[in-house]
Amino acid sequence: MAENKVNDVEKPRIGVFVCSCGSNIGGFVDVPTVADYAKTLPDVVYATQNMYTCAEDGLGSIREAIRKHNLNRVIVASCTPRTHAPLFQATCEGAGLNKYLFTFVNIREHCSWVHMKEKDLASKKAKDLIRMGVARARLLKPQEEAKVDVEPVGLVIGGGVSGMTAAASLADMGFPVHLVEREGELGGFVRLLNNLYVTEKSATDTIKPLIDKVKGHKNITLHLNSTVKSIDGFIGNYEVVIAPKGGEGKKFKVGTIVVATGALEFVPEGLYGYNQYPNVVTLTEFEILCKKKTLPKLKSVAFIQCVGSRGQKMSYCSRICCNVAIKNAINIVDNYENMLGVMEKAGTVVEKIPVEKKATDEILERRRRRRGRGEAEGEAEEVKLGPSEKIEVTVFNRDVMAYGVEHELTYNKAREKRVKFNRYTLDHLPKVFMEDNQLKVTYFHETLKLERTMPVDMVVLSTPLVAQPDAGELSKMLKVPLGQEGFFLEAHVKLRPVDFATDGIYVAGTCKGPADITEAVTQGAAAASRAAIPMAKGYVQAEALTSVVDETKCTGCGTCIEVCPYGALRKNDKGLAEVIVAACKGCGCCGATCPEGAITMTNYTDAQLLAEAKAALQEEV
Amino acid sequence: MADAPKAEFEPKIIGFLCNWCSYAGADLCGVSRYQYPTNIRAVRVMCSTRISPHLVLDIFRAGADGVLLGGCHIGDCHYISGNYYTEKRVRLMKRLLEESGLEPERLRLEWVSASEGEKFSKVVTEFTENIRRLGPSKVRKDQRLGDRVAAADGASETFRLKALVGRELNLVNKGNAYGNRLDPAELEKIIDASTEEEFERSLILELSRGKARSVKELGQIMDVPTDRVLRHIVALRQKNMIAMEHPEGFTPTYKTIVIGGEQ
Repeated sequence: MAENKVNDVEKPRIGVFVCSCGSNIGGFVDVPTVADYAKTLPDVVYATQNMYTCAEDGLGSIREAIRKHNLNRVIVASCTPRTHAPLFQATCEGAGLNKYLFTFVNIREHCSWVHMKEKDLASKKAKDLIRMGVARARLLKPQEEAKVDVEPVGLVIGGGVSGMTAAASLADMGFPVHLVEREGELGGFVRLLNNLYVTEKSATDTIKPLIDKVKGHKNITLHLNSTVKSIDGFIGNYEVVIAPKGGEGKKFKVGTIVVATGALEFVPEGLYGYNQYPNVVTLTEFEILCKKKTLPKLKSVAFIQCVGSRGQKMSYCSRICCNVAIKNAINIVDNYENMLGVMEKAGTVVEKIPVEKKATDEILERRRRRRGRGEAEGEAEEVKLGPSEKIEVTVFNRDVMAYGVEHELTYNKAREKRVKFNRYTLDHLPKVFMEDNQLKVTYFHETLKLERTMPVDMVVLSTPLVAQPDAGELSKMLKVPLGQEGFFLEAHVKLRPVDFATDGIYVAGTCKGPADITEAVTQGAAAASRAAIPMAKGYVQAEALTSVVDETKCTGCGTCIEVCPYGALRKNDKGLAEVIVAACKGCGCCGATCPEGAITMTNYTDAQLLAEAKAALQEEV
Repeated sequence: MADAPKAEFEPKIIGFLCNWCSYAGADLCGVSRYQYPTNIRAVRVMCSTRISPHLVLDIFRAGADGVLLGGCHIGDCHYISGNYYTEKRVRLMKRLLEESGLEPERLRLEWVSASEGEKFSKVVTEFTENIRRLGPSKVRKDQRLGDRVAAADGASETFRLKALVGRELNLVNKGNAYGNRLDPAELEKIIDASTEEEFERSLILELSRGKARSVKELGQIMDVPTDRVLRHIVALRQKNMIAMEHPEGFTPTYKTIVIGGEQ
């Protein structure tokens, strides 16, 4: 960019290009008069009007005027910088003018289009706006964009499914990756689970290939039983200290970081007899029992959904529990015989077996009729008595969130298998209690408007996933935000779901909110591909729109460091504030905050903003 | 138009609009052709958080009739938390305007998203009407008001107010150096008390800039009890911001120390 340099002290030579935009501006603003007026403004050496400044001949007139009139500032008064600034900036650059010496004045969206019935006043406003632009342009300075090298090494924090996916993807792309897991084993939350819904395969078997791949990958350095102790630096240049439990930390240099620290299950202490009665368990505990094949003998199981979520303890819906409960309900019904064997082998926790009084033939007959099997009469039916007659599964829910194609089908399958879905409302929460050594659930039947009580052998509480309690520590270390519920907060909920606002740090999996395994894998892969962008490129270029610290004024109070949402300020060796240009986004919060007035923004200085605003207050001359 | 009253007051309004929401909302307003009065002159900033109290107060000193700050809705800030700081700063600006005697309603903070084109036109129309009703700012004509607005500006630049307001959010949400979270209402009380003090001190400096004045005189002009003025003088002398002139036999007077253009 050496050819674009413009001497700081050079006297401004401003060119103003007033666009008619066909009749979009020309129809409501007196463009010729406005352009003539522009010529009268200080330091304006050239002013003209174009029919369409953004068309090739308009751009050509800018290039030509820069050369012919030796312009060192260009102002285009036309539409909005939000759409057209890059085009005009590129035109300036093409003609050898630093793009930061370009000023945009909006006389269309902010003038002609909103004052269509008052041409005089609109023209006066257009003149004012251009005068403001000139006042600003006079004070602009050329800027150089900083280029920062990126260390092509990744760090993934968390060895669950999303973390492993991210690490494996980065490693496959050829980047060395450090994968840090605080447990002694990879797999995260999924290690606890029995099987994964939609598939019948065991959870362990499902993720085994991924674990093997990560363990065997030549590009992955595994740090098991380890945690990240400290993180310093910025995109492309992080220094991380990874320490094994109770051991010495080791320093590594990495370019990008993927956070995939997962979530925990909410413990429903004090809710629905949890920890008070035996056989009241959480969904995950139930899975563990299934997995270890230590289920007690069951004839009736009740699931209670949304325990502690959706406005009770946590505000949000945990998304996955409906489907997990449906899966387990089907498991229970389908594998009843199977499980019964297991149950008997394993012994029982509940002494007394269900008191659902033996159903009379009459009742069984009614049930069969209800299921539309009425026409098939005779003994054969009796023999074919399905498992669902032997075990009763009830899912108490507020709404069943079986979103998507597969889940809805699974939900329907569960209903076909006579899993009962009973709706409850917040006004009538189900109650779990023990009576005569029998666990019972009382619930309000919303259709019958009656309170009913049923004996059950086990109550499974579907509790939400909650943020890791120490997520705050990591968030402070990385200077990335947590949302209200303690989950990590992405840069943009729709458009940047796996980025943090801070460049170089990405997020995947349940540490940013409840997700199932499919989603965790998707996010892990997505985060890896996002992290790969700067590493593959090898450098990042920072827009020259950043904070600048005046060291002669800075006292090192650190207020700017506190308020910066990007961790883009730090203390240097002298104890004074220093801007990490690659990390700064140019919002200006530090500048407005600095108690010593030591920080300003490149090309958004107080002087420039005040000159621009005060020019509006002058009377037109 | 011919019979319109001559020279109806046309307010001069400056709008600081954030690039990502309010400026974009104003763009959409234009694209949708929602009309509004021509009085506003927009200055684009990247984030409303860029707007320090000094920028606003200095523009009021320069004679603006109204200032509109536009930002993203809370929670939607492009820079995550910028507008939370804006909100706190606007509170300070309004407190300082109140102290100065210039109507705080001349300053308005609005959240306008990129999709709220119509809202932008409504906000601007309503604000312009409000300013029209308030009449022209007298800052440039009324010396007393001018001094007081200048004092408000000066106060906004003091280390104490900037540090307090800058740290307010973190002190409430994350806690102080000892990890104690401060009660927001308590902290606001502290800030309000400091605002009043800093304003008065700043006003003393403003009034004594060109002319040495006695405590009694300052008390009268400022309408502040003399013991309070004296306490401020003591504080200002400690900071080496005001000097005493004490010819024998006369009441001591004080004059602001002006350091080569720097404050």
